[in-house]
Amino acid sequence: MKRDARKGLLINPIQNGTVIDHITGGEALNVLKIIGITGTTTESISVATNVESGKMGRKDIVKIENRELHKEEVNRIALIAPNASINIIRNFEVCEKKGVEIPCILIGVVRCPNPGCISNTNEPIYSKFEVLPKGLHCLYCDWIITKDITSHLI
Amino acid sequence: MCRNGTAGLLLFRGGCIPMNHIISIRDLSRTEIDHLIDEASCIQSSASIDQSLKGKILALLFFEPSTRTRMSFEAAMARMGGTSIGLDSVEASSMAKGETLADTIRVVSGYADAIVLRHPKEGSARLASEFASIPVINAGDGAGQHPSQTLLDLYTIRQSMPLDGISVGLLGDLRYGRTAHSLAYALSLYGATLHTISPKGLELPGSITDELSKKGTGIVEHRDISEIIETLDVLYVTRIQRERFPDSASYFKVASGYRVTPELLGSVRKNLIVLHPLPRLDEIDPRVDQLPYAQYFEQSRNGIPVRMAMLRKVMG
Repeated sequence: MKRDARKGLLINPIQNGTVIDHITGGEALNVLKIIGITGTTTESISVATNVESGKMGRKDIVKIENRELHKEEVNRIALIAPNASINIIRNFEVCEKKGVEIPCILIGVVRCPNPGCISNTNEPIYSKFEVLPKGLHCLYCDWIITKDITSHLI
Repeated sequence: MCRNGTAGLLLFRGGCIPMNHIISIRDLSRTEIDHLIDEASCIQSSASIDQSLKGKILALLFFEPSTRTRMSFEAAMARMGGTSIGLDSVEASSMAKGETLADTIRVVSGYADAIVLRHPKEGSARLASEFASIPVINAGDGAGQHPSQTLLDLYTIRQSMPLDGISVGLLGDLRYGRTAHSLAYALSLYGATLHTISPKGLELPGSITDELSKKGTGIVEHRDISEIIETLDVLYVTRIQRERFPDSASYFKVASGYRVTPELLGSVRKNLIVLHPLPRLDEIDPRVDQLPYAQYFEQSRNGIPVRMAMLRKVMG
């Protein structure tokens, strides 16, 4: 836990839930968005942004109380925070610690920027992207997103 | 590190059994393309009556205008003893009432043995293949792919010369022209050198040139067709669409620089062929029709054996 010399703990420990640590500085809100936590959800969330980090310089931390993230949810985070680490907390103890892995295929995570793509219509499908070294490749229309992925998050 | 599997949500899917869909030329290997072209060649040279698809029904779902593609699929089906049913427009279907393409495809899957789909949205044929329980052939999806056109383009070229290592000029609207996109991918499998000649703003998309260049395909961009015309084996002309320009004057100003005339063809290789997916507007002078280079009407006729081969592949 990061500690501020004058103020004590920056954010309090949680009894049960998930701590996402080592998020790229400034990306915490996008991390929440990518795992589907918005203003209308009921979880108690703590967010610390631009915390000093020996390894990363600046990092963000997110704590989600009473919710353990699934592996699939966790791996979406790799898109914007490839160094993030996930800690599953039970009764104030870290029970599980894992990194994130970039998935090969992303379904329903990113909106295709091509206005002519069938995935941007009322059809009962989710967007589907293949993760390539050069970017995200839409498996419907072949459009490739090479930059600013966060602006296309659903 | 990349892992197998998907992140989260499940897709609705029509069936579990792999189908013989033909959605994109990129899905076909060179061997598969060669096989289809060989099959088309056998069909064209055969004198026997073909009843190989007798009793089969083909659904033609065309949500955009078409003359050649639709009629040649219909004729191909008839020549193999099969029957066609179909839709001509969104207005004539339940899609006018708000039905999704996915539902239309699931319904039509119960009426026919294969679907030929043309739709204005890119990726529509891919979507259809996910919901169909019968094979789907893409007959054009927006500015995306048009694999049957590409196969007949390759077939027409191979009637005149081997496909390996040829020099091909792609002229016209290469940005929105789906036939040029598909053909560029296919020619890259045969080691062709591509010369692109298009108005500013209508160039071949960077994503395509980057991908093909990385695969080792030579792509050279030109502004003036006369720079390169003498070295070409094939000149593939596409329509420059008027709606891409703010007014008629600017269209005519640009389009006139991309017009193929007998004068332009004055010093070309004697085995050059000029192709065009048709319909043409002003991009090929009608006087070119009389020259031995003009193969675009032959190309159009080749739609029948090539589409017969495709229908046999998916239904036979």
